[in-house]
Amino acid sequence: MDRLELPGVTWKRVSPKLVWVELAAGAGFLVVVIASSVIMYLLQIWWVVAALAAVAVAAIVNLALTRRRVRSIGYQLREDDLLFRRGIMWQRFVAVPYGRMQLVDINRGPLARSLGLSELKFVTAAAAAGVTIPGLPAAEAERLRDHLVSVAESRRAGL
Amino acid sequence: MSEPDHASPAPAAPPAPPSVPTVVARLTDGEWHRLHPATPLLKGGFALIVVLGYIVSNLRERLLGMFLPRFGDGGDPVDYVLNHGIVLQVLVGVAALLILLIAGFTVSWRMHTFRITSEVVEVRSGILFRTNRKARLDRIQGINIVRPFVSRLFGAAKLEISQAGHDANVHLSYLSSAAADDLRREILRRASGTREAERMSAVPVGTVLDRRMNELFAPELDPDAAPPESVVKIHLGRLFGSMLLGTGTVIAVLVVIAVTIWISATGRLFVLLFALPSALGFAGYYARRFSRSLRYTIAGTPDGVRVGFGLFSTSNETLPPGRIHSIEVSQSPLWRPAGWWQIRVNRASHTSGRGSENQANTTILPVGNRADVTRVLELMLPDLIGPETASFIESGLTSPGGAPDGFTNSPRRAAWLRPFSWRRNGFAIVPGSLVLRKGAFWRRLIIVPQPRLQSVGLHQGPLLRWLRLADVQLHTVHGPISADLGAIDRDAALAFFSQVADVAVRAGQSDTSHRWRAGELPV
Repeated sequence: MDRLELPGVTWKRVSPKLVWVELAAGAGFLVVVIASSVIMYLLQIWWVVAALAAVAVAAIVNLALTRRRVRSIGYQLREDDLLFRRGIMWQRFVAVPYGRMQLVDINRGPLARSLGLSELKFVTAAAAAGVTIPGLPAAEAERLRDHLVSVAESRRAGL
Repeated sequence: MSEPDHASPAPAAPPAPPSVPTVVARLTDGEWHRLHPATPLLKGGFALIVVLGYIVSNLRERLLGMFLPRFGDGGDPVDYVLNHGIVLQVLVGVAALLILLIAGFTVSWRMHTFRITSEVVEVRSGILFRTNRKARLDRIQGINIVRPFVSRLFGAAKLEISQAGHDANVHLSYLSSAAADDLRREILRRASGTREAERMSAVPVGTVLDRRMNELFAPELDPDAAPPESVVKIHLGRLFGSMLLGTGTVIAVLVVIAVTIWISATGRLFVLLFALPSALGFAGYYARRFSRSLRYTIAGTPDGVRVGFGLFSTSNETLPPGRIHSIEVSQSPLWRPAGWWQIRVNRASHTSGRGSENQANTTILPVGNRADVTRVLELMLPDLIGPETASFIESGLTSPGGAPDGFTNSPRRAAWLRPFSWRRNGFAIVPGSLVLRKGAFWRRLIIVPQPRLQSVGLHQGPLLRWLRLADVQLHTVHGPISADLGAIDRDAALAFFSQVADVAVRAGQSDTSHRWRAGELPV
């Protein structure tokens, strides 16, 4: 039952303040689910109520695990590639060579911005498989972006 | 030798039949040029005429009845016009419409210009809304020459320069048919970065001497000048057989069986109402597949693999080296007794599908036997395929697994998730490529050239963790193939992930295929 772990990698963690963003998003979702299940309860459509209750339970479990999930997000800038991981139950690792970068996005949601956080998105030609690092302090995100752009320039590869 | 050149008094006078290299030298001189004069007709004119004719012939009676209620039967529009003395008005109306259309097409043709320099291909088009599209030569993903049936009669061809991205292709439609072939060769030669190309493009264009030099240099320098021999021949029987045993046929048979049962059970025949549209759909599917595979050729040229097909409307595409992002050799259970295989590829360019000839040509080999597969793979992956790797490919394609053959396969406990294919489900790293093998019934061998790998991913969910397994994904550009492998041993997966991450960096940095002939010496 041991988790996947890459040898010799020290992960840089994202800001713990991301927990609040995730909690707020999860809570918002939960409120919507509960509200609609109340409506369905009043309408007496029982199977939808049951389904929504299951969804609500899953959302609550998800909320409880938010802190650990945020802690599981990590990245490392290696010599020639960017390594990224996330997830506790469903673990995901990605390694992207810097030279494959097509563009870097920095996004800020309203809540994340109020906490001074940014999300950095590293896009390659494989559109479905980009790397998104949430919860970076704004200054850190911009520094990281400039760094990525400069290393990508020096290691530029074609498609 | 320059003496007679300078003596010739009229350098501007073109030779009576302009030889093809001259045409291409003129088209690629970096100035703006127009397309084939028949372009307006080929693009929309015929369709317009046909549509108009169709509407008029079908709706004549109704239109007349609608607009001219007192127009009696048995008459004729011409009589009507003559009797009512509106000949002039009608003629003026028709003439104005024609002139307007012709003027529109002509202006659009005049505004549609292109130029080809040593670095870019640029196209300007549009009357009110101007478009300017510039494509870098070293980013070309492939050049396709399409000759629809009608334009073949006029000796015209479409040249489509594929670029990475969705609907990012540069269309030159139409060009004269002979020029299109030579133009493609010239563009590819410039894109390839050969020294010869540099020298040619460094020469200032325009003087008589240079033009003569171009004429002297252009022909026969290229071994590509002679049409290369196809390495695969698809016999008509095999083509029919492969289509008969295809997935489409299975679906059709299942549908027919279901409908038969339905009718015999309920006795109602209204289901047959849906039979005609679906039959038409199937017929269209077969016609498309058939026409795409007819007169199929695949051949190697110095500037990449050339794939052509088509009987009446032909299409012929050159894929430069390093433009294929992953390759899948697959076989469905129905094809297994015959030993047939299909090869598909992922490519960076996507066209928004408009008709069969515009679809991205992702099927490289519609159907072929083992020998054909080897020959096509040899063309596409010259680094990978050698005599020593023949057995490797063989076992990758057909081996049920179990024997040590260079692949790292799934452990026995993966049988929970891959009950039939776990022995065979595996990966291998070979020089220049990454190879995945999977499927016991639908056999598949996926080859990803290392320099084309974008990134690599590793996944593990709760079930896989309990079984100490993991999934690996090789990310390439979007296409029909997804290069992922499920349920392999977690330690093997971790090692593979680390190795592939390393390989991807090194291969990406040492890759020079965007200028694929840059290292060659001038001939």
